[in-house]
Amino acid sequence: MAKKLLLDKADVSGIRTYEVYRREGGYRSVEKALKMSTADIVEEVKKSGLRGRGGAGFPTGMKWSFLAKPEGIARYLVCNADESEPGTFKDRYLMEFIPHLLIEGMIVASFALGSNNSYIYIRGEYAWITDILETAIAEARQNGFLGKNILGSGFDCEMYVQRGAGAYICGEETALIESLEGKRGNPRIKPPFPAIKGLWDCPTVVNNVETLAAVVPIINEGGEEYAKIGVGKSTGTKLISACGNINKPGIFEIDMTISVEEFIFSDEYCGGIPNGKRLKACIPGGSSVPILPANLLLTTAKGEKRLMNYESLSDGGFATGSMMGSGGFIVLDEDQCVVRNTMTLARFYHHESCGQCSPCREGTGWMERILKKIENGKGEMKDIDLLWDIQRKIEGNTICPLGDAAAWPVAAAIRHFRDEFEWHVLNPEKCLTENFGLRHYADPIHVPVTA
Amino acid sequence: MNLESGIMNVQFSKEKLNKVSEIIKRYPQGKQKSALLPILHLAQDEFGGWLDTPVMDYIATLLQIEPIEVYEVASFYSMYNLKPVGKYLFEVCQTGPCMLNGSDQIIDYIKRKLNIAVGDTTADGLFTLKTVECLGACGYAPMMQLGKTYREHLTKEKVDAIVEECRNKAAINN
Repeated sequence: MAKKLLLDKADVSGIRTYEVYRREGGYRSVEKALKMSTADIVEEVKKSGLRGRGGAGFPTGMKWSFLAKPEGIARYLVCNADESEPGTFKDRYLMEFIPHLLIEGMIVASFALGSNNSYIYIRGEYAWITDILETAIAEARQNGFLGKNILGSGFDCEMYVQRGAGAYICGEETALIESLEGKRGNPRIKPPFPAIKGLWDCPTVVNNVETLAAVVPIINEGGEEYAKIGVGKSTGTKLISACGNINKPGIFEIDMTISVEEFIFSDEYCGGIPNGKRLKACIPGGSSVPILPANLLLTTAKGEKRLMNYESLSDGGFATGSMMGSGGFIVLDEDQCVVRNTMTLARFYHHESCGQCSPCREGTGWMERILKKIENGKGEMKDIDLLWDIQRKIEGNTICPLGDAAAWPVAAAIRHFRDEFEWHVLNPEKCLTENFGLRHYADPIHVPVTA
Repeated sequence: MNLESGIMNVQFSKEKLNKVSEIIKRYPQGKQKSALLPILHLAQDEFGGWLDTPVMDYIATLLQIEPIEVYEVASFYSMYNLKPVGKYLFEVCQTGPCMLNGSDQIIDYIKRKLNIAVGDTTADGLFTLKTVECLGACGYAPMMQLGKTYREHLTKEKVDAIVEECRNKAAINN
């Protein structure tokens, strides 16, 4: 059983309340941090090797050290709780069941960064979780962990929850800031980065929920201890939200040394695929990362076992690998249709494009329409090439990464499952009632012998 | 700021106006526009589940911003309804992970059961059916949002029970 740092107390009855959370050792990191210098806290986070858990995987300590500190200007910490990447529902779990862990991490981060007013921007649909967080904030305040002069340290901090209103784009940090300012969620052109000019033009750090929660064990145990867990640049533990065709969908805290195969088939994790079906494909890190066929998912092109960490999941680049992303792990069994799955994702990105950049605004609509055409047996062979061409023209040509996020799933689906697309074109009637099936997608890969 | 300067008869209750003041205080002086999203939620709950133009104009006066600043935000975010919806709004997720677990069949079943198309409201004004994109409940698919809560692991039987539950609630309230 892997060591748990975030969810070890998740099953304790009443852990959602301040009383039980505190009794179980909660808020120790605040007591410790308030006695440290802010530079030392940032140093511990750097030493931990913690990487942003929202999807991009940027080193958190480095992000914190970029924060500008001009005299007399307020600085802000904003928690990105706008979890909206299809397949991802881990932050929801943390906030719903252990809300104090996020608040504790945020108090430490607020102190380290000098934020006296910190905001949690939560997706609007998580309405009931907003209530849970506000209750927890009020409890923390009543017990002296928020408000004026926290634990006599002289540090003041208030915390507020802001509900979004349904827009995936607000997970992009500058769109989130725009939204928090009461505007449409249109991403800003960078630079300047939020660390220099963020919320209300003040220096701002935006961190994901899980990232901020991880600050608690880092401060409690020390950055070096944290970095001992995992492998390479994948330190600490990672929450994976697993869904699709598996026996045990849910949230798992893993240390990043286990194999993808173990994660899918072990009873400790996903528990295998229901009804004895075989694995066809998987999107291992949220809908925007490349889909892989079973063979490339379990084994890298070099013939090595693929592991559940940043490096191994991206081994082979986009040609034969994928990404850790947000940890949204979507499994497809042999009866699933990759064309249909890709169509729903293209529809998602079309719906969520903010419309600011034309390659994304127009291109996502084109991709959705062409994929619908192919899925409904009305596609032509040239549509597959057109689809490839469109995604190439979106990628890298937009202000924010939503364009890339929309292009990648389409590109990977064609790259690895082109014959399934062609089968739809060649079998316009049959594809309405039957699926292409598993075919060769789980066959062992020929590994070229290199000198 | 005079929070009670409403347009026509659109007016928050005293209690809601206190809430509005409390929300505005979360932001620095002069940054009250930040309160727009939370106050639009408040207004939608208060004024019949959607945002009519006079409601948006009222919010503009409350926040001392131009009406267009409210319209452009209200039309950007999918949770704000710009036309009337039924008393119970079924928002069924149809994105990848829910599709893999049968959301298409659930949507079809609701359409047949309520005899409406996606986007429509039943003649009695009770139900509106909408399809939505990923709501972050992928492990508990298929699912829908109903008011402030999620209804997960949907089956035809569960849909029947939810419809029944809504009808009973509506009957009690009448």
